[in-house]
Amino acid sequence: MKAICKIFPYLFRKPKKGFFRLLPCLPLSLLASLMIFPVLMMIANSFMDTQELLEAYGRILGDKGSEIVPRLLPRYPTLRPYVELLLDSPDFFVMFWNSCRQVFPILLGQLLLGMPAAWAFARYEFPGRRPLFLVYTILMVMPFQVTMVSSYLVLNRLSLMDTHMAIWLPGIFSTFPVFIMEKFFRAIPESLMEAARVDGANALQLFWYMGIPLGAPGVMSSLLLNFLEYWNAMEAPMTFLKTKALLPLSLYLPEITTDQVSVSFAASVVMMLPAVLGFLWGQDYLQQGIVASGLKE
Amino acid sequence: MKKQIKTPYLLLLPSLLGTSVFVLAPFLDVIRRSFFQAVGGGFVGLSNYRQVLENEAFQQALFHTLQFLFTCLPLLLLLSFLLAVLVYHLPFARPLFEAAFLFPMAIPVASVVVFWRLTFHNEGLLNKALSFLGFTGQDWMNTPAAFWVLIFSYIWKNLGYDMILWIAGLSQIPKEQYEAAAVSGAGPLRCFFFITLPQMKGSMAMIGVLSFVNAFRVFREAYLIAGDYPHNSIYMLQHLFNNWFTKLDIQKMTAAAVMLALVISLLLLGLELWTEKQEDV
Repeated sequence: MKAICKIFPYLFRKPKKGFFRLLPCLPLSLLASLMIFPVLMMIANSFMDTQELLEAYGRILGDKGSEIVPRLLPRYPTLRPYVELLLDSPDFFVMFWNSCRQVFPILLGQLLLGMPAAWAFARYEFPGRRPLFLVYTILMVMPFQVTMVSSYLVLNRLSLMDTHMAIWLPGIFSTFPVFIMEKFFRAIPESLMEAARVDGANALQLFWYMGIPLGAPGVMSSLLLNFLEYWNAMEAPMTFLKTKALLPLSLYLPEITTDQVSVSFAASVVMMLPAVLGFLWGQDYLQQGIVASGLKE
Repeated sequence: MKKQIKTPYLLLLPSLLGTSVFVLAPFLDVIRRSFFQAVGGGFVGLSNYRQVLENEAFQQALFHTLQFLFTCLPLLLLLSFLLAVLVYHLPFARPLFEAAFLFPMAIPVASVVVFWRLTFHNEGLLNKALSFLGFTGQDWMNTPAAFWVLIFSYIWKNLGYDMILWIAGLSQIPKEQYEAAAVSGAGPLRCFFFITLPQMKGSMAMIGVLSFVNAFRVFREAYLIAGDYPHNSIYMLQHLFNNWFTKLDIQKMTAAAVMLALVISLLLLGLELWTEKQEDV
Protein backbone atom coordinates (compact mmCIF):
# COMPACT_ATOMS: atom_id res chain seq x y z
CA MET A 1 0.00 0.00 0.00
CA LYS A 2 2.69 2.49 1.01
CA ALA A 3 4.58 1.55 -2.16
CA ILE A 4 1.59 2.43 -4.27
CA CYS A 5 1.34 5.77 -2.53
CA LYS A 6 4.95 6.49 -3.44
CA ILE A 7 4.73 5.39 -7.05
CA PHE A 8 1.57 7.30 -7.85
CA PRO A 9 1.66 10.30 -5.56
CA TYR A 10 -0.65 12.28 -7.81
CA LEU A 11 -3.41 9.77 -7.16
CA PHE A 12 -3.42 10.70 -3.53
CA ARG A 13 -3.68 14.42 -3.76
CA LYS A 14 -6.99 16.07 -3.21
CA PRO A 15 -8.72 16.22 -6.60
CA LYS A 16 -9.42 19.49 -8.26
CA LYS A 17 -12.98 20.54 -7.78
CA GLY A 18 -15.46 19.85 -10.53
CA PHE A 19 -14.07 17.78 -13.31
CA PHE A 20 -12.58 14.92 -11.33
CA ARG A 21 -15.59 14.56 -9.13
CA LEU A 22 -17.75 14.22 -12.20
CA LEU A 23 -15.48 11.65 -13.82
CA PRO A 24 -17.27 8.60 -12.31
CA CYS A 25 -20.54 9.77 -13.85
CA LEU A 26 -19.60 8.51 -17.28
CA PRO A 27 -19.01 4.81 -16.48
CA LEU A 28 -21.84 4.91 -13.98
CA SER A 29 -24.27 6.23 -16.57
CA LEU A 30 -23.19 3.57 -19.04
CA LEU A 31 -23.65 0.81 -16.51
CA ALA A 32 -26.98 2.24 -15.36
CA SER A 33 -28.26 2.24 -18.93
CA LEU A 34 -27.21 -1.38 -19.26
CA MET A 35 -29.23 -2.18 -16.15
CA ILE A 36 -32.48 -0.69 -17.41
CA PHE A 37 -31.97 -1.48 -21.09
CA PRO A 38 -33.73 -4.87 -21.12
CA VAL A 39 -36.87 -3.38 -19.62
CA LEU A 40 -36.88 -0.35 -21.90
CA MET A 41 -36.48 -2.58 -24.92
CA MET A 42 -39.29 -4.86 -23.80
CA ILE A 43 -41.59 -1.87 -23.39
CA ALA A 44 -40.66 -0.36 -26.74
CA ASN A 45 -41.07 -3.65 -28.57
CA SER A 46 -44.42 -4.32 -26.97
CA PHE A 47 -45.91 -1.79 -29.41
CA MET A 48 -44.93 -3.81 -32.50
CA ASP A 49 -47.65 -5.42 -34.56
CA THR A 50 -47.52 -9.12 -35.30
CA GLN A 51 -46.11 -8.70 -38.78
CA GLU A 52 -43.19 -6.60 -37.63
CA LEU A 53 -42.59 -8.81 -34.60
CA LEU A 54 -42.29 -11.92 -36.76
CA GLU A 55 -40.05 -10.10 -39.19
CA ALA A 56 -37.79 -8.99 -36.38
CA TYR A 57 -37.66 -12.00 -34.05
CA GLY A 58 -39.60 -14.75 -35.86
CA ARG A 59 -36.46 -16.81 -36.25
CA ILE A 60 -36.17 -17.26 -32.49
CA LEU A 61 -39.67 -16.81 -31.14
CA GLY A 62 -41.67 -18.55 -33.85
CA ASP A 63 -39.25 -20.60 -35.93
CA LYS A 64 -40.04 -18.48 -38.96
CA GLY A 65 -37.86 -16.19 -41.03
CA SER A 66 -34.20 -16.54 -41.72
CA GLU A 67 -32.49 -14.09 -39.43
CA ILE A 68 -33.41 -11.79 -36.61
CA VAL A 69 -33.49 -8.06 -37.30
CA PRO A 70 -33.21 -6.40 -33.90
CA ARG A 71 -35.03 -3.16 -33.62
CA LEU A 72 -35.12 -0.74 -30.73
CA LEU A 73 -38.28 1.07 -31.67
CA PRO A 74 -41.21 -0.25 -33.66
CA ARG A 75 -41.66 1.24 -37.12
CA TYR A 76 -45.41 1.63 -36.75
CA PRO A 77 -46.22 1.73 -33.04
CA THR A 78 -49.58 0.17 -32.33
CA LEU A 79 -51.61 -0.88 -29.32
CA ARG A 80 -52.80 -3.99 -31.12
CA PRO A 81 -50.79 -6.47 -29.01
CA TYR A 82 -52.44 -5.09 -25.90
CA VAL A 83 -55.88 -5.28 -27.48
CA GLU A 84 -55.20 -8.86 -28.51
CA LEU A 85 -54.01 -9.66 -25.01
CA LEU A 86 -57.15 -8.11 -23.60
CA LEU A 87 -59.58 -9.83 -25.95
CA ASP A 88 -57.99 -13.06 -27.10
CA SER A 89 -56.04 -14.33 -24.13
CA PRO A 90 -58.45 -15.42 -21.41
CA ASP A 91 -55.71 -17.64 -19.96
CA PHE A 92 -53.58 -14.63 -19.30
CA PHE A 93 -56.21 -13.11 -17.09
CA VAL A 94 -56.83 -16.30 -15.18
CA MET A 95 -53.12 -16.45 -14.38
CA PHE A 96 -52.92 -12.76 -13.55
CA TRP A 97 -55.81 -13.21 -11.14
CA ASN A 98 -54.12 -16.32 -9.70
CA SER A 99 -51.01 -14.28 -9.00
CA CYS A 100 -53.09 -11.66 -7.20
CA ARG A 101 -54.95 -14.29 -5.23
CA GLN A 102 -51.70 -15.87 -4.15
CA VAL A 103 -49.82 -12.70 -3.27
CA PHE A 104 -52.26 -10.47 -1.40
CA PRO A 105 -53.55 -12.94 1.23
CA ILE A 106 -49.91 -13.71 2.05
CA LEU A 107 -49.17 -10.01 2.55
CA LEU A 108 -52.22 -9.58 4.76
CA GLY A 109 -51.38 -12.63 6.85
CA GLN A 110 -47.80 -11.49 7.23
CA LEU A 111 -49.00 -8.17 8.61
CA LEU A 112 -51.50 -9.68 11.03
CA LEU A 113 -49.02 -12.15 12.48
CA GLY A 114 -45.78 -10.31 11.85
CA MET A 115 -46.52 -6.91 13.34
CA PRO A 116 -47.30 -8.12 16.89
CA ALA A 117 -44.39 -10.56 16.79
CA ALA A 118 -41.98 -7.89 15.61
CA TRP A 119 -43.28 -5.54 18.31
CA ALA A 120 -42.70 -8.17 20.98
CA PHE A 121 -39.12 -8.78 19.82
CA ALA A 122 -38.37 -5.07 19.51
CA ARG A 123 -39.83 -3.60 22.70
CA TYR A 124 -39.78 -6.32 25.34
CA GLU A 125 -37.05 -8.12 27.21
CA PHE A 126 -38.28 -11.62 28.03
CA PRO A 127 -36.69 -14.97 28.73
CA GLY A 128 -36.02 -16.71 25.44
CA ARG A 129 -35.98 -13.55 23.35
CA ARG A 130 -32.45 -13.96 21.99
CA PRO A 131 -32.60 -17.65 21.06
CA LEU A 132 -36.05 -17.23 19.53
CA PHE A 133 -34.91 -14.29 17.46
CA LEU A 134 -31.91 -16.28 16.32
CA VAL A 135 -34.23 -19.06 15.18
CA TYR A 136 -36.30 -16.51 13.27
CA THR A 137 -33.17 -15.12 11.64
CA ILE A 138 -31.96 -18.57 10.62
CA LEU A 139 -35.38 -19.42 9.18
CA MET A 140 -35.33 -16.16 7.29
CA VAL A 141 -32.16 -16.98 5.39
CA MET A 142 -33.03 -20.60 4.58
CA PRO A 143 -33.44 -21.04 0.83
CA PHE A 144 -36.59 -22.67 -0.46
CA GLN A 145 -34.79 -25.95 -1.13
CA VAL A 146 -34.28 -26.54 2.60
CA THR A 147 -37.92 -26.19 3.59
CA MET A 148 -39.27 -27.78 0.43
CA VAL A 149 -39.57 -31.34 1.81
CA SER A 150 -40.85 -30.34 5.21
CA SER A 151 -43.49 -28.03 3.73
CA TYR A 152 -44.50 -30.77 1.33
CA LEU A 153 -44.87 -33.31 4.13
CA VAL A 154 -47.08 -31.04 6.20
CA LEU A 155 -49.18 -29.80 3.27
CA ASN A 156 -49.63 -33.33 2.06
CA ARG A 157 -50.77 -34.53 5.47
CA LEU A 158 -53.37 -31.73 5.62
CA SER A 159 -54.36 -32.52 1.99
CA LEU A 160 -53.63 -28.94 1.02
CA MET A 161 -51.36 -29.75 -1.91
CA ASP A 162 -52.49 -28.20 -5.17
CA THR A 163 -54.62 -25.51 -3.52
CA HIS A 164 -53.98 -21.81 -2.96
CA MET A 165 -53.50 -22.65 0.72
CA ALA A 166 -50.30 -24.48 -0.19
CA ILE A 167 -48.85 -21.18 -1.35
CA TRP A 168 -50.37 -19.03 1.39
CA LEU A 169 -49.36 -20.94 4.50
CA PRO A 170 -45.58 -21.13 3.99
CA GLY A 171 -45.66 -17.51 2.81
CA ILE A 172 -47.63 -16.20 5.78
CA PHE A 173 -45.33 -17.92 8.26
CA SER A 174 -42.19 -16.60 6.64
CA THR A 175 -40.08 -14.89 9.32
CA PHE A 176 -38.67 -12.28 6.94
CA PRO A 177 -41.35 -9.62 7.62
CA VAL A 178 -40.85 -10.03 11.38
CA PHE A 179 -37.13 -9.46 10.96
CA ILE A 180 -37.63 -6.32 8.86
CA MET A 181 -40.32 -4.74 11.03
CA GLU A 182 -38.43 -5.50 14.23
CA LYS A 183 -35.64 -3.19 13.10
CA PHE A 184 -38.05 -0.31 12.54
CA PHE A 185 -39.99 -0.84 15.77
CA ARG A 186 -36.71 -0.96 17.69
CA ALA A 187 -35.70 2.42 16.28
CA ILE A 188 -38.63 4.19 17.94
CA PRO A 189 -37.17 6.16 20.85
CA GLU A 190 -37.98 4.75 24.28
CA SER A 191 -38.68 8.26 25.61
CA LEU A 192 -41.81 8.45 23.44
CA MET A 193 -43.02 5.16 24.86
CA GLU A 194 -42.28 6.36 28.36
CA ALA A 195 -44.27 9.55 27.79
CA ALA A 196 -47.26 7.60 26.55
CA ARG A 197 -47.00 5.22 29.48
CA VAL A 198 -47.02 8.12 31.92
CA ASP A 199 -50.20 9.31 30.23
CA GLY A 200 -51.71 5.95 31.12
CA ALA A 201 -51.48 4.03 27.84
CA ASN A 202 -51.55 0.26 28.24
CA ALA A 203 -49.48 -2.22 26.27
CA LEU A 204 -52.05 -2.66 23.53
CA GLN A 205 -52.58 1.07 23.13
CA LEU A 206 -48.82 1.61 22.91
CA PHE A 207 -48.61 -0.89 20.08
CA TRP A 208 -51.67 0.43 18.26
CA TYR A 209 -51.32 4.19 18.68
CA MET A 210 -47.54 4.55 18.80
CA GLY A 211 -45.93 1.46 17.33
CA ILE A 212 -47.89 1.05 14.13
CA PRO A 213 -47.95 4.73 13.08
CA LEU A 214 -44.30 5.33 13.98
CA GLY A 215 -43.19 2.03 12.50
CA ALA A 216 -45.25 2.51 9.34
CA PRO A 217 -42.18 2.84 7.08
CA GLY A 218 -41.09 -0.58 8.29
CA VAL A 219 -44.50 -2.04 7.54
CA MET A 220 -44.39 -0.50 4.06
CA SER A 221 -40.87 -1.81 3.46
CA SER A 222 -41.88 -5.29 4.46
CA LEU A 223 -45.00 -5.15 2.27
CA LEU A 224 -43.08 -3.94 -0.75
CA LEU A 225 -40.17 -6.38 -0.43
CA ASN A 226 -42.56 -9.28 0.03
CA PHE A 227 -44.80 -8.15 -2.78
CA LEU A 228 -41.84 -8.18 -5.16
CA GLU A 229 -40.76 -11.56 -3.81
CA TYR A 230 -44.12 -13.30 -4.14
CA TRP A 231 -45.15 -11.64 -7.39
CA ASN A 232 -41.98 -13.23 -8.73
CA ALA A 233 -42.49 -16.53 -6.87
CA MET A 234 -41.69 -19.66 -8.82
CA GLU A 235 -40.28 -22.36 -6.60
CA ALA A 236 -43.31 -22.77 -4.33
CA PRO A 237 -46.02 -22.77 -7.04
CA MET A 238 -43.90 -25.08 -9.14
CA THR A 239 -43.56 -27.55 -6.30
CA PHE A 240 -46.92 -27.35 -4.55
CA LEU A 241 -49.31 -26.78 -7.47
CA LYS A 242 -50.15 -29.24 -10.21
CA THR A 243 -53.38 -27.99 -11.74
CA LYS A 244 -52.58 -25.66 -14.58
CA ALA A 245 -55.55 -23.44 -13.80
CA LEU A 246 -53.98 -22.51 -10.44
CA LEU A 247 -50.56 -21.47 -11.72
CA PRO A 248 -49.46 -17.88 -11.21
CA LEU A 249 -48.33 -15.65 -14.03
CA SER A 250 -44.67 -16.15 -13.21
CA LEU A 251 -44.86 -19.78 -14.31
CA TYR A 252 -47.36 -19.39 -17.10
CA LEU A 253 -45.88 -16.41 -18.87
CA PRO A 254 -43.06 -18.31 -20.59
CA GLU A 255 -45.71 -20.58 -22.10
CA ILE A 256 -47.79 -17.69 -23.38
CA THR A 257 -44.76 -16.06 -24.90
CA THR A 258 -43.92 -19.18 -26.89
CA ASP A 259 -47.47 -20.05 -27.93
CA GLN A 260 -48.64 -16.59 -28.81
CA VAL A 261 -45.70 -14.70 -30.18
CA SER A 262 -47.79 -11.67 -31.06
CA VAL A 263 -48.48 -10.82 -27.40
CA SER A 264 -45.22 -12.02 -25.90
CA PHE A 265 -43.85 -8.55 -25.22
CA ALA A 266 -47.18 -7.05 -24.20
CA ALA A 267 -47.88 -9.88 -21.73
CA SER A 268 -44.42 -9.47 -20.21
CA VAL A 269 -44.91 -5.75 -19.81
CA VAL A 270 -48.29 -6.19 -18.14
CA MET A 271 -46.74 -8.66 -15.72
CA MET A 272 -43.91 -6.34 -14.73
CA LEU A 273 -46.21 -3.33 -14.48
CA PRO A 274 -47.39 -3.83 -10.85
CA ALA A 275 -43.81 -4.47 -9.76
CA VAL A 276 -42.47 -1.44 -11.60
CA LEU A 277 -45.22 0.80 -10.22
CA GLY A 278 -44.57 -0.51 -6.72
CA PHE A 279 -40.88 0.18 -7.19
CA LEU A 280 -41.39 3.73 -8.46
CA TRP A 281 -43.90 4.52 -5.75
CA GLY A 282 -41.94 3.03 -2.88
CA GLN A 283 -38.28 3.25 -3.80
CA ASP A 284 -37.48 4.87 -0.46
CA TYR A 285 -39.24 2.14 1.48
CA LEU A 286 -37.52 -0.45 -0.64
CA GLN A 287 -34.11 0.98 0.17
CA GLN A 288 -34.89 1.23 3.88
CA GLY A 289 -36.13 -2.34 3.78
CA ILE A 290 -32.95 -3.57 2.13
CA VAL A 291 -30.85 -1.83 4.74
CA ALA A 292 -33.01 -3.41 7.43
CA SER A 293 -32.53 -6.84 5.87
CA GLY A 294 -28.84 -6.45 6.70
CA LEU A 295 -28.14 -8.96 9.44
CA LYS A 296 -26.54 -6.59 11.95
CA GLU A 297 -28.59 -5.55 14.96
CA MET B 1 -45.30 -6.84 36.73
CA LYS B 2 -46.67 -10.24 35.92
CA LYS B 3 -48.69 -8.77 33.09
CA GLN B 4 -45.52 -7.24 31.68
CA ILE B 5 -44.00 -10.69 31.27
CA LYS B 6 -47.08 -12.13 29.65
CA THR B 7 -47.61 -9.44 27.01
CA PRO B 8 -44.68 -10.24 24.71
CA TYR B 9 -45.53 -13.93 24.69
CA LEU B 10 -49.13 -13.16 23.79
CA LEU B 11 -48.03 -10.89 20.96
CA LEU B 12 -45.60 -13.50 19.73
CA LEU B 13 -47.96 -16.42 20.08
CA PRO B 14 -49.77 -16.44 16.68
CA SER B 15 -46.60 -16.09 14.69
CA LEU B 16 -44.68 -18.56 16.83
CA LEU B 17 -47.49 -21.09 16.72
CA GLY B 18 -47.75 -20.94 12.93
CA THR B 19 -44.01 -21.11 12.47
CA SER B 20 -43.75 -24.07 14.81
CA VAL B 21 -46.56 -26.02 13.18
CA PHE B 22 -45.67 -25.28 9.58
CA VAL B 23 -41.91 -24.87 9.64
CA LEU B 24 -40.14 -26.02 12.80
CA ALA B 25 -42.02 -29.21 13.65
CA PRO B 26 -42.03 -30.49 10.04
CA PHE B 27 -38.33 -29.80 9.85
CA LEU B 28 -37.68 -31.80 13.02
CA ASP B 29 -39.70 -34.55 11.38
CA VAL B 30 -37.46 -34.26 8.32
CA ILE B 31 -34.38 -34.64 10.53
CA ARG B 32 -35.92 -37.77 12.06
CA ARG B 33 -36.85 -39.18 8.67
CA SER B 34 -33.37 -38.60 7.34
CA PHE B 35 -32.19 -41.45 9.60
CA PHE B 36 -34.95 -43.84 8.55
CA GLN B 37 -36.00 -45.74 5.48
CA ALA B 38 -38.82 -44.01 3.57
CA VAL B 39 -40.58 -47.28 2.89
CA GLY B 40 -40.77 -49.68 5.82
CA GLY B 41 -39.43 -47.13 8.26
CA GLY B 42 -36.44 -49.04 9.60
CA PHE B 43 -33.64 -47.11 11.25
CA VAL B 44 -30.76 -46.86 8.82
CA GLY B 45 -28.37 -44.53 10.62
CA LEU B 46 -26.34 -42.40 8.27
CA SER B 47 -26.98 -44.52 5.19
CA ASN B 48 -29.29 -41.91 3.59
CA TYR B 49 -26.54 -39.35 3.97
CA ARG B 50 -24.03 -41.72 2.47
CA GLN B 51 -26.36 -42.36 -0.45
CA VAL B 52 -26.68 -38.65 -1.14
CA LEU B 53 -22.98 -37.98 -0.84
CA GLU B 54 -22.09 -40.91 -3.08
CA ASN B 55 -24.76 -40.02 -5.64
CA GLU B 56 -23.06 -38.92 -8.81
CA ALA B 57 -25.73 -36.40 -9.77
CA PHE B 58 -25.36 -34.86 -6.31
CA GLN B 59 -21.61 -34.57 -6.61
CA GLN B 60 -21.89 -32.91 -9.98
CA ALA B 61 -24.66 -30.57 -8.88
CA LEU B 62 -22.70 -29.65 -5.76
CA PHE B 63 -19.62 -29.00 -7.82
CA HIS B 64 -21.51 -26.71 -10.20
CA THR B 65 -23.18 -24.91 -7.32
CA LEU B 66 -19.85 -24.30 -5.60
CA GLN B 67 -18.32 -23.24 -8.88
CA PHE B 68 -21.16 -20.79 -9.34
CA LEU B 69 -20.90 -19.45 -5.78
CA PHE B 70 -17.13 -19.04 -5.89
CA THR B 71 -17.33 -17.19 -9.17
CA CYS B 72 -20.33 -14.96 -8.68
CA LEU B 73 -19.94 -14.00 -5.03
CA PRO B 74 -16.48 -12.39 -5.28
CA LEU B 75 -17.50 -10.74 -8.55
CA LEU B 76 -20.74 -9.41 -7.16
CA LEU B 77 -19.21 -8.21 -3.87
CA LEU B 78 -16.35 -6.43 -5.60
CA LEU B 79 -18.48 -4.87 -8.29
CA SER B 80 -21.23 -3.70 -5.95
CA PHE B 81 -18.67 -2.28 -3.53
CA LEU B 82 -16.90 -0.26 -6.23
CA LEU B 83 -20.26 0.93 -7.41
CA ALA B 84 -21.32 1.88 -3.90
CA VAL B 85 -18.13 3.91 -3.32
CA LEU B 86 -18.56 5.75 -6.60
CA VAL B 87 -22.26 6.43 -6.13
CA TYR B 88 -21.87 7.36 -2.46
CA HIS B 89 -19.37 10.11 -3.23
CA LEU B 90 -21.26 11.54 -6.19
CA PRO B 91 -21.90 15.23 -5.67
CA PHE B 92 -25.38 14.96 -7.20
CA ALA B 93 -27.87 12.60 -8.86
CA ARG B 94 -27.23 9.91 -6.26
CA PRO B 95 -30.91 8.88 -5.94
CA LEU B 96 -31.13 8.58 -9.72
CA PHE B 97 -28.25 6.12 -9.91
CA GLU B 98 -29.48 4.20 -6.89
CA ALA B 99 -32.85 3.81 -8.57
CA ALA B 100 -31.32 2.67 -11.85
CA PHE B 101 -29.13 0.02 -10.24
CA LEU B 102 -31.89 -1.19 -7.97
CA PHE B 103 -34.43 -1.38 -10.76
CA PRO B 104 -33.69 -4.96 -11.95
CA MET B 105 -34.42 -6.25 -8.46
CA ALA B 106 -38.07 -5.27 -8.89
CA ILE B 107 -38.47 -6.91 -12.29
CA PRO B 108 -40.06 -10.38 -12.17
CA VAL B 109 -37.78 -12.93 -13.76
CA ALA B 110 -40.53 -14.31 -15.98
CA SER B 111 -41.18 -10.95 -17.60
CA VAL B 112 -37.68 -10.54 -18.99
CA VAL B 113 -37.25 -14.13 -20.11
CA VAL B 114 -38.19 -13.18 -23.66
CA PHE B 115 -35.38 -10.68 -23.64
CA TRP B 116 -32.80 -13.19 -22.35
CA ARG B 117 -33.95 -15.71 -24.93
CA LEU B 118 -33.57 -13.19 -27.73
CA THR B 119 -30.19 -12.12 -26.42
CA PHE B 120 -28.52 -15.44 -25.77
CA HIS B 121 -30.00 -17.54 -28.59
CA ASN B 122 -27.50 -18.98 -31.01
CA GLU B 123 -28.70 -16.51 -33.62
CA GLY B 124 -29.68 -13.90 -31.05
CA LEU B 125 -28.87 -10.28 -30.29
CA LEU B 126 -25.58 -10.88 -28.51
CA ASN B 127 -24.10 -12.98 -31.29
CA LYS B 128 -25.38 -10.44 -33.81
CA ALA B 129 -23.62 -7.67 -31.96
CA LEU B 130 -20.47 -9.73 -31.59
CA SER B 131 -20.28 -10.60 -35.26
CA PHE B 132 -20.90 -6.95 -36.10
CA LEU B 133 -17.82 -6.14 -34.04
CA GLY B 134 -15.87 -8.87 -35.78
CA PHE B 135 -15.97 -11.59 -33.10
CA THR B 136 -17.45 -15.04 -33.42
CA GLY B 137 -20.29 -15.71 -31.01
CA GLN B 138 -21.33 -19.02 -29.59
CA ASP B 139 -24.42 -20.92 -28.64
CA TRP B 140 -24.67 -19.38 -25.18
CA MET B 141 -27.33 -21.58 -23.65
CA ASN B 142 -26.15 -24.98 -24.89
CA THR B 143 -22.44 -24.78 -24.16
CA PRO B 144 -20.50 -24.15 -20.96
CA ALA B 145 -21.11 -20.46 -21.72
CA ALA B 146 -24.52 -20.97 -20.08
CA PHE B 147 -22.65 -20.68 -16.80
CA TRP B 148 -21.66 -17.12 -17.60
CA VAL B 149 -25.13 -16.22 -18.76
CA LEU B 150 -26.37 -17.26 -15.34
CA ILE B 151 -23.63 -15.31 -13.57
CA PHE B 152 -24.55 -12.29 -15.63
CA SER B 153 -28.26 -12.44 -14.90
CA TYR B 154 -27.59 -13.02 -11.19
CA ILE B 155 -25.34 -9.98 -10.99
CA TRP B 156 -27.79 -7.92 -13.02
CA LYS B 157 -30.50 -8.65 -10.49
CA ASN B 158 -28.48 -8.37 -7.26
CA LEU B 159 -26.05 -5.55 -7.96
CA GLY B 160 -28.37 -2.83 -6.69
CA TYR B 161 -29.39 -4.71 -3.55
CA ASP B 162 -25.77 -5.23 -2.51
CA MET B 163 -24.88 -1.68 -3.45
CA ILE B 164 -27.56 -0.30 -1.12
CA LEU B 165 -26.22 -2.47 1.72
CA TRP B 166 -22.66 -1.24 1.10
CA ILE B 167 -23.83 2.37 1.00
CA ALA B 168 -25.54 1.84 4.36
CA GLY B 169 -22.20 0.61 5.69
CA LEU B 170 -20.30 3.50 4.15
CA SER B 171 -22.63 6.08 5.61
CA GLN B 172 -21.85 4.81 9.11
CA ILE B 173 -18.26 5.99 8.89
CA PRO B 174 -18.16 9.39 10.62
CA LYS B 175 -17.51 12.26 8.20
CA GLU B 176 -15.03 13.75 10.70
CA GLN B 177 -12.56 10.99 9.94
CA TYR B 178 -12.40 12.05 6.30
CA GLU B 179 -12.20 15.71 7.23
CA ALA B 180 -9.35 15.06 9.64
CA ALA B 181 -7.54 13.03 7.00
CA ALA B 182 -8.04 15.75 4.41
CA VAL B 183 -6.61 18.35 6.77
CA SER B 184 -3.47 16.27 7.17
CA GLY B 185 -3.18 16.09 3.38
CA ALA B 186 -4.57 12.67 2.50
CA GLY B 187 -6.11 12.30 -0.95
CA PRO B 188 -9.18 10.28 -1.79
CA LEU B 189 -7.35 7.02 -2.49
CA ARG B 190 -5.43 7.16 0.75
CA CYS B 191 -8.66 7.87 2.60
CA PHE B 192 -10.19 4.91 0.83
CA PHE B 193 -7.45 2.45 1.79
CA PHE B 194 -6.87 3.62 5.36
CA ILE B 195 -10.31 4.80 6.49
CA THR B 196 -12.99 3.19 4.34
CA LEU B 197 -11.67 -0.32 3.71
CA PRO B 198 -10.76 -1.28 7.30
CA GLN B 199 -14.24 -0.31 8.52
CA MET B 200 -16.02 -2.35 5.86
CA LYS B 201 -15.09 -5.76 7.27
CA GLY B 202 -18.39 -6.20 9.12
CA SER B 203 -20.47 -5.11 6.15
CA MET B 204 -18.50 -7.43 3.93
CA ALA B 205 -19.20 -10.50 6.07
CA MET B 206 -22.89 -9.65 6.33
CA ILE B 207 -23.35 -8.86 2.63
CA GLY B 208 -21.41 -11.99 1.75
CA VAL B 209 -23.79 -14.18 3.75
CA LEU B 210 -26.89 -12.48 2.32
CA SER B 211 -25.58 -12.77 -1.24
CA PHE B 212 -24.79 -16.42 -0.65
CA VAL B 213 -28.33 -17.05 0.46
CA ASN B 214 -29.80 -15.02 -2.40
CA ALA B 215 -27.70 -16.98 -4.87
CA PHE B 216 -30.05 -19.93 -4.43
CA ARG B 217 -32.74 -17.90 -6.16
CA VAL B 218 -30.79 -17.94 -9.41
CA PHE B 219 -32.69 -21.16 -10.04
CA ARG B 220 -35.53 -19.03 -11.33
CA GLU B 221 -33.48 -17.64 -14.17
CA ALA B 222 -31.89 -20.99 -14.87
CA TYR B 223 -35.24 -22.74 -14.94
CA LEU B 224 -37.03 -20.19 -17.07
CA ILE B 225 -34.28 -19.84 -19.60
CA ALA B 226 -33.18 -23.45 -19.78
CA GLY B 227 -35.86 -25.68 -18.21
CA ASP B 228 -35.66 -28.77 -16.00
CA TYR B 229 -32.52 -30.21 -17.50
CA PRO B 230 -30.34 -27.32 -18.61
CA HIS B 231 -26.83 -27.53 -19.97
CA ASN B 232 -24.67 -29.57 -17.63
CA SER B 233 -22.60 -26.58 -16.53
CA ILE B 234 -25.60 -24.97 -14.82
CA TYR B 235 -27.21 -28.13 -13.46
CA MET B 236 -27.14 -27.17 -9.78
CA LEU B 237 -28.34 -28.39 -6.43
CA GLN B 238 -31.66 -26.60 -6.94
CA HIS B 239 -32.32 -28.60 -10.12
CA LEU B 240 -31.40 -31.80 -8.35
CA PHE B 241 -33.74 -31.06 -5.43
CA ASN B 242 -36.46 -30.35 -7.93
CA ASN B 243 -35.94 -33.53 -9.87
CA TRP B 244 -35.76 -35.60 -6.69
CA PHE B 245 -39.02 -34.01 -5.69
CA THR B 246 -40.70 -34.98 -8.95
CA LYS B 247 -39.60 -38.55 -8.31
CA LEU B 248 -40.68 -38.17 -4.67
CA ASP B 249 -37.32 -39.46 -3.52
CA ILE B 250 -38.09 -38.40 0.07
CA GLN B 251 -35.18 -40.31 1.54
CA LYS B 252 -32.51 -38.46 -0.38
CA MET B 253 -34.32 -35.14 -0.09
CA THR B 254 -34.53 -35.25 3.69
CA ALA B 255 -30.84 -36.02 4.11
CA ALA B 256 -29.85 -33.36 1.59
CA ALA B 257 -32.15 -30.75 3.17
CA VAL B 258 -30.66 -31.40 6.61
CA MET B 259 -27.13 -31.02 5.30
CA LEU B 260 -27.96 -27.80 3.46
CA ALA B 261 -29.69 -26.40 6.55
CA LEU B 262 -26.68 -27.32 8.66
CA VAL B 263 -24.23 -25.55 6.37
CA ILE B 264 -26.31 -22.39 6.27
CA SER B 265 -26.97 -22.34 10.03
CA LEU B 266 -23.28 -22.77 10.77
CA LEU B 267 -22.46 -19.96 8.38
CA LEU B 268 -24.96 -17.66 10.07
CA LEU B 269 -23.86 -18.59 13.59
CA GLY B 270 -20.25 -18.03 12.53
CA LEU B 271 -21.18 -14.58 11.30
CA GLU B 272 -23.04 -13.83 14.53
CA LEU B 273 -20.13 -14.89 16.74
CA TRP B 274 -17.62 -13.05 14.59
CA THR B 275 -19.67 -9.84 14.67
CA GLU B 276 -19.93 -10.04 18.45
CA LYS B 277 -16.18 -10.50 18.77
CA GLN B 278 -15.53 -7.52 16.48
CA GLU B 279 -17.79 -5.38 18.63
CA ASP B 280 -16.00 -6.39 21.81
CA VAL B 281 -12.61 -5.33 20.49
